[in-house]
Amino acid sequence: MTELKTFKNITCTFCGALCDNIEVKVKDNKIEELKNACAISRKKYEHALKDRTSPMINGEESTYQEVIEKAAEILKNSKNPLIYGLSSTTAEAQKNAVKLAELSGANIDSTSSVCHGPGTMAKQLVGMITATLGEIKNRSDLMVFWGANPVEAHPNHSKRYTMLSEGLFKKNRSDREVIVFDVRKTPTAKMADQFIRVEPGKDFELLMALRLIIQGKKPETEAGKVAGLELAEIEAAAEKLKNARYGSIFYGMGLTMTGAKYMNTWAAMSLIRDLNNDHQRRFVMMPMRGHGNVAGSEITMAWQTGYPFAVNFSKAYPRYNPGEYTAVDLLANKEVDAAFIIASDPAGNLPKKAAAHLKDIPTIILDPHWNFTSDFADVVIPSALKGITASGTVYRMDHVPLHLRSFLEDEWPDDAAAVAQIGELIENA
Amino acid sequence: MLRLKNAVIYDPTNNKDGVKEDIWIENGKIAAEPKPEVVKELKAADDLEEIDLNGKIVMAGGVDIHSHIAGPKVNSGRVLRPEDHRRDNVARKGKLRSGVGSTVPSSYVTGYRYSLMGYTTVMEAAGPPMKAKHIHEEFGDLPYIDKGFLVLSGNNYFVLKFISENNQQALKDYLAWLINVTGAFGLKVVNPGGVEAWKEGKRMRGIDEKGTHFDLSPKEILLALAKAADDLELPHPIHLHTNDLGSAGNYKTAINTMKLLEDYRLHITHVQFSSYGKNEDSKIKFAMATDEIAAEINRQSKLTVDIGQLVFGEATTMTADGILEYNLHKLSGNKWVNTDVEMETGSGIVPMNYKKKNLVNDIQWATGMELFLKIEDPWKVFLTTDHPNAGPFTAYPWIIKLLMDKNYRKDYISDLNDKFDEYTDLSSLDREYSLSEIAVISRSGPAKALGLKNKGHLGVGADADITIYNNIEDNDIAEVFAHPAYVFKSGKMIVKAGELLDNLEIGKTLVTKPEYDQNIIELIREDFQKYYSISIDNYPVTDHYYDKIEVIPCVTKE
Ligand code: SF4
Ligand SMILES: [Zn+2]
Repeated sequence: MTELKTFKNITCTFCGALCDNIEVKVKDNKIEELKNACAISRKKYEHALKDRTSPMINGEESTYQEVIEKAAEILKNSKNPLIYGLSSTTAEAQKNAVKLAELSGANIDSTSSVCHGPGTMAKQLVGMITATLGEIKNRSDLMVFWGANPVEAHPNHSKRYTMLSEGLFKKNRSDREVIVFDVRKTPTAKMADQFIRVEPGKDFELLMALRLIIQGKKPETEAGKVAGLELAEIEAAAEKLKNARYGSIFYGMGLTMTGAKYMNTWAAMSLIRDLNNDHQRRFVMMPMRGHGNVAGSEITMAWQTGYPFAVNFSKAYPRYNPGEYTAVDLLANKEVDAAFIIASDPAGNLPKKAAAHLKDIPTIILDPHWNFTSDFADVVIPSALKGITASGTVYRMDHVPLHLRSFLEDEWPDDAAAVAQIGELIENA
Repeated sequence: MLRLKNAVIYDPTNNKDGVKEDIWIENGKIAAEPKPEVVKELKAADDLEEIDLNGKIVMAGGVDIHSHIAGPKVNSGRVLRPEDHRRDNVARKGKLRSGVGSTVPSSYVTGYRYSLMGYTTVMEAAGPPMKAKHIHEEFGDLPYIDKGFLVLSGNNYFVLKFISENNQQALKDYLAWLINVTGAFGLKVVNPGGVEAWKEGKRMRGIDEKGTHFDLSPKEILLALAKAADDLELPHPIHLHTNDLGSAGNYKTAINTMKLLEDYRLHITHVQFSSYGKNEDSKIKFAMATDEIAAEINRQSKLTVDIGQLVFGEATTMTADGILEYNLHKLSGNKWVNTDVEMETGSGIVPMNYKKKNLVNDIQWATGMELFLKIEDPWKVFLTTDHPNAGPFTAYPWIIKLLMDKNYRKDYISDLNDKFDEYTDLSSLDREYSLSEIAVISRSGPAKALGLKNKGHLGVGADADITIYNNIEDNDIAEVFAHPAYVFKSGKMIVKAGELLDNLEIGKTLVTKPEYDQNIIELIREDFQKYYSISIDNYPVTDHYYDKIEVIPCVTKE
């Protein structure tokens, strides 16, 4: 019997909130007790050691060394490979993946391009006014959730960073006004002071109407309505935005991936920009990022290549073109002839047409757990568990870096080591 | 051992002004000339490599005291501006990683371009403490150069709290702790009090007015920080971006600040942006105040400045001064990024294009040039463009040419706005910098101000960071400084005939480790746990993030 060991302030990587106050008690390489975990993370921690992958080539058991070599061989023989995923792995693995992409003349893209990537493209047009989560906790007197439902998707978020947190100047829920814009009354909406139901696909129109009202103009209406709302109701909401001293808008995929997509985020960013034009008022916005290190994938790719995702290395230098070098497009147009999936499940998450192409080309997956993609992948590389059996760096949704400490042992090396090893085989070939 | 034969040495620290000598290098350092019998032995054992420089110019590797090269703000600038990189691609070559360039280059290309220009040490000018891990991660991908970063501390909650409580001891301990846990080199102070005011939706002017939740004036903050830095004996004094930066008439704030801190060590950065007058009669209401600023700098004995010289063309402004970037956004209409960092600082980014025919830009350009020419002692003034704010660092060779050649300067002026001479004195200034003075403003001076005793000179024991230039008699000055013949970093050749060799290496991270009373952690713990969004236990940058570090000792008093 080994002793019970306690690890404090462990960072949870199961969503972009990256709570860094998890307490774990460990015995015999098992989690005995968890503190401060949310409903999502509790389940994930409990399942972490189950359903683990093992080295496989074409459905046959293999060794770790063999799957690494096979992966290198596939990438080397490919004319136009794709490296995809990245948002659930460490910055160290992401950096190595960019190097690997460069070495193999690959395309490299993260799941960002199918969640908050449009937001990044909107940022490239107008910029972005934002803050770290603690700043919002400390100062924000008006919190707006737009197409975002943290109560279900980031369960600890409101307690740690927003509505229910204790901040420096704002101490509790009653110091903050909360408005939710969404197409349905989510659990987050139930906690708000006001819920505004947006007609599905009409976020853009509503955001533009708010902008106009704030600029002192009158928006055009259809039978007195915009996005299914009476003008008076929109004007009242605009008034609330204007009365904020330090407002914040959290936006989710309900905004970035619906209707006008990146134009939605563009409109939201432009609205926030306008709201900062009054000298007494500050306003910031924050994408509610889902995956633990999706922010990190943009960050690491940007310092190495200059671009956040959708990068192509066929010319030995990085080229950027969302819509062309994004995984969905490369796969749907059957442009890539091999794929290396890192810590992601495109077969489960990408549109059917894109996912289908993966079955037609040699596909390698690096993941600690079985998923839809590993079910048919030609090569399966097992891996250690980020933040549990593997250490490394992750970036929170507000780009705050955190260091992961491992607290259990694993039989497999981590993602960073696997990707580096494949890279070395290609570099030294 | 390596011997560089027939060098013409410009090493102002050691009073060598064009001296013909050999340079000896061993174990990455400059070595004394061995005795003749030792030379013989080395030769016999084939342990002596000799390179004949044939009278080429030799200087220590360049030292940049202020540049934005790594970290969250720089990286956000990269993401913001795909248009900045598209036409400037750098392909993979051997072991050299690929990347992109222009005003906000990728990390690899940043390292390449500094190295190709003969610069071997660069100080990242502004890092938010809570994102320090990001800076160190990028440093791991920033090749060749030695680098460090200055940690933002002028609007930090604990700094303001301890100053408002008059607790200088706690302030000093806190700053020392902050430098240690973030792996910083020194203290950066940006618009003290003014960034907190921006977050509170307030505006501050000058350094006397009290304001913000903490009810402090910039004056009080400045005095306390300057004193703490002196007491901690940090190798580099507080590195100050003044209040009211960028606005017409701000030279008064700058001069008041210089006078206020006269008894302390002080470095004022990109002083060009702090040297503007106001002309109510003119249409642009904008003027320069280079006489007043230069006179004050000439009068003081400890004060140093770097210029932040404006360069015409594309730039990407980025600073912790959130309100300044907001103003630039309003002025230009260009895209705008703002990031408030809890408890610590703010930041903003706005792309810019400085135009030759724009009178305000011309005055800004001339302000920098005039300060270079009106500040008498080159040991007080250093070459920077506040990269990429006033322009990219790759413009240094061009600035050197402007300083060394008054005819080129005159030619250049003839291309600017017709009213240029009405607003500036530059056309009447005849001073030309000598090679030795260029060596001072581009390496020896900044190294001294940073307290880097092994950098910026070629004396025995110095780091063998060496740049070898072709002669200026037969070549264009800008060409000479843009494409050194050889560059050595820590004794190893990294550039030959203007090209990088294929030995990709990562340089050192320069840090200081001032001492502090451990109790400070308990003193701040409660507020930290409540008002930050991460745990204090996860805040420090762990060893995991350092590859090669050099600790620069905290001793300034003899
Ligand atoms: S909110 Fe997210 S980061 Fe926090 S414990 Fe739950 S799953 Fe983990
Ligand atoms: Zn700067």
